[in-house]
Amino acid sequence: MKNATPDMTNPMPGAAMPNDIVTSRRAFLRFAVSTAVGGGLVLGFGLPARGAVLDTFTADAPFAPNAFLRIDRAGKVTFVMPVIEMGQGTYTSLPMLIAEELEVDVDTVAIEHSPPDDEVYANPLIGIQITGGSTAVRGTYVPLRRAGATARVMLVTAAAQQWRVDASSCRAADGVVTHVPSGRKLGYGKLVDAAAKLPVPDDVPLKPPSEFKLIGTPHRRLDIGGKVNGSATFGIDTRLPGMQFAAIAISPALGGKLVGFDEAQAKAVPGVTQIVRLDDALAVVGAHTWAAKQGLAAANPRWDAGANGTLTTAAVVAQLKAASQRPGAVARRDGDADAAIAKSAQQVSAEYEQPFLAHATMEPMNCTVQVSDDGCDIWLGTQIPGQTQAAVMRLTGFAREQVRLHNHLLGGGFGRRLEYDGTVRAVQVAQHVKGPVQVIWSREDDIQNDMYRPYYYDRMNAGLDAHGNAVAWSHRVAGSSIMARYFPSTIKDGVDSDAVDGSADQPYAIDNVRVDWVAQEPLAVRTAFWRGVGPTRSTFVVESFVDELAAAAKRDSLAYRIALLDKSPRCKNVLQIAAERAGWGQPLAHGRGRGIALCIGFGSFIAQVVEVDVDRSGTVNVPRVWCVVDCGIYVNPDTIRAQMEGGIVFGLSAALYGQITIADGRVEQSNFHDYRVLRMNEAPQIDVYLVKSAEAPGGIGEPGTSCVMPALTNAIYAATGKRIRKLPVASQGEWT
Amino acid sequence: MTTLNVNGAVRTVDVPAEMPLLWILRDVLAMTGTKFGCGKGLCGACTIHIDGQPMRSCITPVAAADGKRITTIEGIGATPAGKRVQEAWLALDVPQCGYCQSGQIMSAAALLAGNPTPSDADIDGAMTGNICRCGTYLRIRAAIKRAAGPKHDDGARA
Repeated sequence: MKNATPDMTNPMPGAAMPNDIVTSRRAFLRFAVSTAVGGGLVLGFGLPARGAVLDTFTADAPFAPNAFLRIDRAGKVTFVMPVIEMGQGTYTSLPMLIAEELEVDVDTVAIEHSPPDDEVYANPLIGIQITGGSTAVRGTYVPLRRAGATARVMLVTAAAQQWRVDASSCRAADGVVTHVPSGRKLGYGKLVDAAAKLPVPDDVPLKPPSEFKLIGTPHRRLDIGGKVNGSATFGIDTRLPGMQFAAIAISPALGGKLVGFDEAQAKAVPGVTQIVRLDDALAVVGAHTWAAKQGLAAANPRWDAGANGTLTTAAVVAQLKAASQRPGAVARRDGDADAAIAKSAQQVSAEYEQPFLAHATMEPMNCTVQVSDDGCDIWLGTQIPGQTQAAVMRLTGFAREQVRLHNHLLGGGFGRRLEYDGTVRAVQVAQHVKGPVQVIWSREDDIQNDMYRPYYYDRMNAGLDAHGNAVAWSHRVAGSSIMARYFPSTIKDGVDSDAVDGSADQPYAIDNVRVDWVAQEPLAVRTAFWRGVGPTRSTFVVESFVDELAAAAKRDSLAYRIALLDKSPRCKNVLQIAAERAGWGQPLAHGRGRGIALCIGFGSFIAQVVEVDVDRSGTVNVPRVWCVVDCGIYVNPDTIRAQMEGGIVFGLSAALYGQITIADGRVEQSNFHDYRVLRMNEAPQIDVYLVKSAEAPGGIGEPGTSCVMPALTNAIYAATGKRIRKLPVASQGEWT
Repeated sequence: MTTLNVNGAVRTVDVPAEMPLLWILRDVLAMTGTKFGCGKGLCGACTIHIDGQPMRSCITPVAAADGKRITTIEGIGATPAGKRVQEAWLALDVPQCGYCQSGQIMSAAALLAGNPTPSDADIDGAMTGNICRCGTYLRIRAAIKRAAGPKHDDGARA
C-alpha cells in the first residue's frame, strides 16, 4: 500500500478570518501542559508514576538524533509516537521498543503525538502516516528499537570520550552511562550536548532477544493515568479562550441538499451567535453546545433528498447480488475449480451476506478549528494526520506550515478516523467564524453520516470426493472497493488486495481453488475501512463455509480443518490448543453448542472457540470464548490479551446486532437504542492463550474481531442446526 | 444566575434552567472529564453523581442539582469508593481508548458506595447502562471486585 493519495472532497477555499492566533495558541499551550502533565504524572494518591501523554509537540531538546526521541539536559526523555493511541495499546508497546534499546525507565518518559508528516512519520508498512491495519508493532519493531539503540550508542560514545576510555568498557542502564572498570557514572542529561555533536551512526547492532528486559514481559499501560481521573484530553476536550461551539446537522438523506431553514427562530435562541450554511449541512454556532443544539432544532433544517430519496437496502443488495453473478478479477487460481466441482461426488453451495456497519466510536465526531489570515489550527483525533493536513491545504489554499494539526488521544477509531470528512466540514464551518469553534456532531449524525463498512455478498461453491474431502473451492467476493478510493495504486489486475485478504490466501490445502473479486459500489452509500477490514469479511465466509463442508462430509469441524492444514503448522497449532482449552468434543447441555474458527490476518494466527446458549425464543447468549493467539514475537502480552478481549466484544456486537439499513434514502438507525452494541451483562468470559514464538511480530488490533464472528455462527449451528449465512444474527427473524 | 456545588466548590453559572449539566460542566466550567456520548441517556459516558446517586448528565437539567452536591470524575478520587475504584482500574489496566471510562468509574463508585460487596448480578444491574466500544467489560467487572476488597476479588488478574 504505497503512494496513497486519498481524495474525497473538492477544494472549497473560504474566507479566512483575522485573529490573534499567537495569543490564543500560547494560552492553549499553557492550558494543555498544565492539564496533561498534572493529570499524567500526579495521580493524587501516591501511585507509582507511569508515562505522561502530552498533547503538545515540543521540539527544543538539545539531543534529538531521530524523529522519535529527545533528551533534555535534565535527562528528561520524550518519545514521539509515529502512530496514535486509540485504545490499542501502542502508547505502551512502542515506548517499550525504544526504551529497551535506549536503556531508560519507560515509566518516566513523556509521550507526545507526532505532528503531521507523511514522510518522517510514515508507517513503514503502508508508506504514509497512518494508524491502521494492525501495523504499529509490525512496522516499527525494528525501526524504533534502532532509534533507541542509535541514541544509546551516541550517549555512550560521548561518555567514553569525556572519560577518555574505550566505549566498549562502558555500559548504559536506566538513563545512566557507567564506566565499568572505574565505576564512574554520567546521566544521559549530562551527555546530551556532547552526544548531539557526534555523527549519527548507521546500522547499530540491536539486542538479541535473550537480553530483552521489556519486550515480551507484561507492562502496565502508560496512557491510563489521565483516563481514570478525567484529565486525559481527547480532541473533543479542546478548550480555548473565546472558543464557541457549533452543532451541525448533515443531510439525513444520503447525498441530499439543504434547501431551507428558519433563521430567525434559530437566532432567537439565547446564546446563538451565528448560522453557517453549507450545501448539505447546517451549523449553528453558540456560546455552548446546548445553545447551538437548541438553535439547530429551532432552525428546523429542510432537505432535498435528491436522486436517492427512494433508496432502500433491498435495492443496494439487489444490485450487489446481480453483480456477484458476473465473473470477477481472479485473485487466486490453483487447478480448475469449476471442472473439479462439476465432476465431484458431492457439491456444496452457499451465499453469504454481511451488512453495512457503523463505527460508533464512543467519542462522537468532532473537530475544533481556528482559521486566521495566517493559517489555521486544528485540534482533533485522527488516524491520518498527514493526509488530513493535505486535505485542509487543498480546501483552504494554505501552505503546509500554515495548517497546524494538533492530534489527540482518540476516543475510539475502528477506521472512522481514517477519514477526514469531519475535519473538512469543520474547517468549512470555521472559515465563516471569528475565533476558535468546536464543531460537534450529535450521535444521530455520527451514525447517520458515517462512512460505512461495506455490504458484501459472497458466493461459495465446493466439490467433495466420495470420502467428503474437499477437492475444489470457488469463492466470489462482491462489494465496495475501499482500496480503489483510498489507495488506488494498489489495485493490480483489477484485484483489490483488501477485499480478498483472507479469501485469496485461505490456508486450507485444496487442489483446485479459484477466488475472484467483483467491485460494485453501492448507490449513494459512502464506504470505509472498519476494524478487521478484509480479513473480518473474508474470515466469516471462509470459516462458515469450511464448517459447512465438514457438516456435508459428516465430520467433526475441528478434525476436518486440521486434516487440511498439514502445510500450515501455525494454523494447526492454534486450532488444537483452542480446542483443548475449550473442552472440544465434551457434551454440552441442550441448547448449547461450540463453534470454532481460524483467522489468518495481519501476520498473526488466531483460533477461537465460542460457546453459545440459545434459548427457545432464539435469543443467543455467549457465556464463554476461548482465544489462542500466535502473533510471533510479542512486545506486551497484556496488550495482546486486552486486544483479544476487546476485539471479541466488538466482533460479537456486530455479529449479533450490527447493521445499518436504508429506507427512503436515509439511514434508519440513529443511536445506541437501535444500533445496539454489547453491554456488560452480555459480555462473555474470555480465555486468552498466547503461543510463544520467535517468528516476526504480527498485528493484534483487529484479528480478534475477525475470528469471533464465524466462531459464533458455527456455534449457533452446533446448538440449533441453523446455519447463519446473513449477518447479523438478530436479522434472521423467527428461526428456532 | 445558578449556584452549583461541584466537587465541593461553589460555582456560579448563567445558564437556562433546562440546560443539561453535561454542557455546563464541559462548555461553561471547562471540566471535560465528563464525556458526551449519545445525548439520550443511552450510553452512560456522561455519568456524574448528584448527592451520591449516579445520573446521566446529558439528560439532567441544571435545575435538578439545585441545592445538591455534584460529583464528577475530577472529584471522585476524594471519596473512599471512588479512590478504590480508580486504583483498581489502574491495577488491572482497564481502559483502552478511555473515553467511556469516566462514566464507568462513576457508575462503579456509586455501586460500591451503596453496596460494598456487589454480586455479579449487582454489577450487571449497575453497569449495563455504560457502553464501552473497546470491550473492556471483563476488566471492569474484575476491577469492581478488586475494589470491593480481597474477599470479592475473583483473582482474574493480580
